[in-house]
Amino acid sequence: MSLLSIKNLHVEAAGKPILRGLTLDVEPGEVCAIMGPNGSGKSTLANVLAGREGYTITAGEILYQGKDLHALPPEERAREGIFLGFQHPVEIPGVANTYFLRAALNAIRKHRGEEELDAMDFLAMVKKKAKSLGLNPDLLGRPVNEGFSGGEKKRNEILQMSVLEPRLAVLDETDSGLDIDALREVAGAVQALRHPERAIVVITHHQRLLDYLVPDRVHVLSAGAIVTSGDKTLAMELEKNGYGWAASRPQAQERVA
Amino acid sequence: MAQASIDLHELTQREYPYGFTTELETDAAPRGLNEDVIRLISAKKQEPAFLLDWRLRAYRHWLTMTEPRWQSVRYEPIDYQNIVYYSAPKSKVDGPKSLDEVDPDVRAMFDKLGIPIGEQERLSGVALDAVVDSVSVATSFKAKLGELGIIFCSFSEAARNHPELVRKYLGSVVPFSDNYFAALNSAVFSDGSFCYIPKGVRCPMELSTYFRINAADTGQFERTLIIAEPESYVSYLEGCTAPRRDNNQLHAAVVELVAHDNAEIKYSTVQNWYPGDKDGKGGIYNFVTKRGKAAGRNSKISWTQVETGSAITWKYPSVMLIGDGSVGEFYSVAVTNHFQQADTGTKMIHIGKNTKSTILSKGISAGHGQNTYRGLVRVTDGATNARNYSQCDSLLIGDQCGAHTVPYLDVRNTSSQVEHEASTSRISEDQLFYCRQRGLGTEDAVNLIVNGYCKEVFRHLPMEFAVEAQKLLGVSLEGSVG
Repeated sequence: MSLLSIKNLHVEAAGKPILRGLTLDVEPGEVCAIMGPNGSGKSTLANVLAGREGYTITAGEILYQGKDLHALPPEERAREGIFLGFQHPVEIPGVANTYFLRAALNAIRKHRGEEELDAMDFLAMVKKKAKSLGLNPDLLGRPVNEGFSGGEKKRNEILQMSVLEPRLAVLDETDSGLDIDALREVAGAVQALRHPERAIVVITHHQRLLDYLVPDRVHVLSAGAIVTSGDKTLAMELEKNGYGWAASRPQAQERVA
Repeated sequence: MAQASIDLHELTQREYPYGFTTELETDAAPRGLNEDVIRLISAKKQEPAFLLDWRLRAYRHWLTMTEPRWQSVRYEPIDYQNIVYYSAPKSKVDGPKSLDEVDPDVRAMFDKLGIPIGEQERLSGVALDAVVDSVSVATSFKAKLGELGIIFCSFSEAARNHPELVRKYLGSVVPFSDNYFAALNSAVFSDGSFCYIPKGVRCPMELSTYFRINAADTGQFERTLIIAEPESYVSYLEGCTAPRRDNNQLHAAVVELVAHDNAEIKYSTVQNWYPGDKDGKGGIYNFVTKRGKAAGRNSKISWTQVETGSAITWKYPSVMLIGDGSVGEFYSVAVTNHFQQADTGTKMIHIGKNTKSTILSKGISAGHGQNTYRGLVRVTDGATNARNYSQCDSLLIGDQCGAHTVPYLDVRNTSSQVEHEASTSRISEDQLFYCRQRGLGTEDAVNLIVNGYCKEVFRHLPMEFAVEAQKLLGVSLEGSVG
């Protein structure tokens, strides 16, 4: 059984169709990349998976671990192991980063029937993880994302992912706003989080990230549907030939039909 | 927001947890107000003659005044002849001589409120004066504080045992002619706390008063007076609750603080009077005059308030900065949910040279709540080098509530520096979604965000009360969007 199985998904936002018949399977242990031009529906897909309001599913279904996600609110999805790495991580003034993360982890642990972690154990664990991610330890005590640089925000997202240990991580443009060194480090950190039971969906419009985080599958999203899929070489061909080329491939024609 | 709204609406709109009534036999004055009632109150309290005289002068002055209408709160006219001005739980013994003699029913009521009266049950760092309706029912740690020369007792007791201090300071900060409700309070005030910190003494524990309105149709008119002699320090906290009733009850208190040279008074309030039900029925009218006189050189008065209760809150804890180098601070969180209204803020009156004041106000409006910050910063012509910094932030939850900011600046000295910043924001959908995506439920997410917003104020509260304030905020905002 696929970890995530999306069938013929149609989604509207503000009355406009964004996803138009998207079909996608993601297996446990897999890293898959979803690439596509601006406006192709990449972020919509990420938001719909996480249960964000403002999107209407007009047809199709999303099965996660065999269960229909439709009626599940965002926090339930998170507790069931779905993690969204935000393209624009949100600032929460006055709330310490560690406090926020511990509250999140304990909400998830409670859902799993596990005991809550006490503050000391938690802090030791987070400090260790932050260090391995190259995240400045001062940021742990600062308010969530407030005054963080673009790179710090993205690293903080990956720190959260590493602490919350999701089954399905959807990373929305995690590479945007990163310089080349930061990109390498962040990609390396995500690479280190690969696990046989975890799937990682990387949403990007650059091939750059995939040099460091090598995907098992690459899917091209265009005008709200997957138009072609392949292995890591597809990303390189895309870089060379552009998205217009991908949409006109024979396989793409079949999919659309 | 649609989804979140439904979720929040479905969350049980938790009932005010302190709304119970305790059956206590009471000794009450007849309904209504006249000179006989005032004489009766004074006699019950065995007050010295000067105090009765002062009350009567206040009453006669009050008769000449009209109720103010300038504030941005709306309420039905108050029938002052339909209020009981004095109500005291009838003690089985004739006034408790010690904590062991406190009426078991009264003791049980405080246990139920989570405020145990006995010293051994209290945290060792807090001394408590417990006031029910019009009288103080118990004061703890009196003996221990007495060893340091600190006087901490009910106002009535102070009037009997320390008349010279009461006479010297009563009305010295808030004269009875100050305003309509101060005049009413001066005429009929019942009990409250009296604190006197002698020269050079740093009070080793938090002093606190817990006010409880229990009897129906009763107004509570307490009076608190705190005097800090030179080089002394005291931190004082007041808390309060009332039963759930369908009619409104009036609470009109006066608090006076006096800080002499190099003395510091830190006054914290966690106000949790019954706010009325979710349709706006019932609740306390909290019309209070609080003022501090930073009389001495380098004296400091700091107000911290967390206002979550009352149907209407109307008060401006203020500081008169008279001593050169004196400091005034005002840190406030005011929450209005359902149909609550708040018109609150502060006045900082700079008179001495090199005086400094800080104002930090955080208003949170939810439901149909209306929240007004109203503040005055006045720098008189002699206040050379005065400094003020004000920050007034408003947070809106939902689209039926309101936030208003009315700052008055009156600066008559060119060497002074006055800064005012204001902001209005909403809990953003992005913040809420971000929290929920990490596994937090909507209610926890709102609490987290709001507590973060209030953090700068909460950090000025004594530790254990900061925790209480956070919890209280959560309760106040339950069911806030919907």
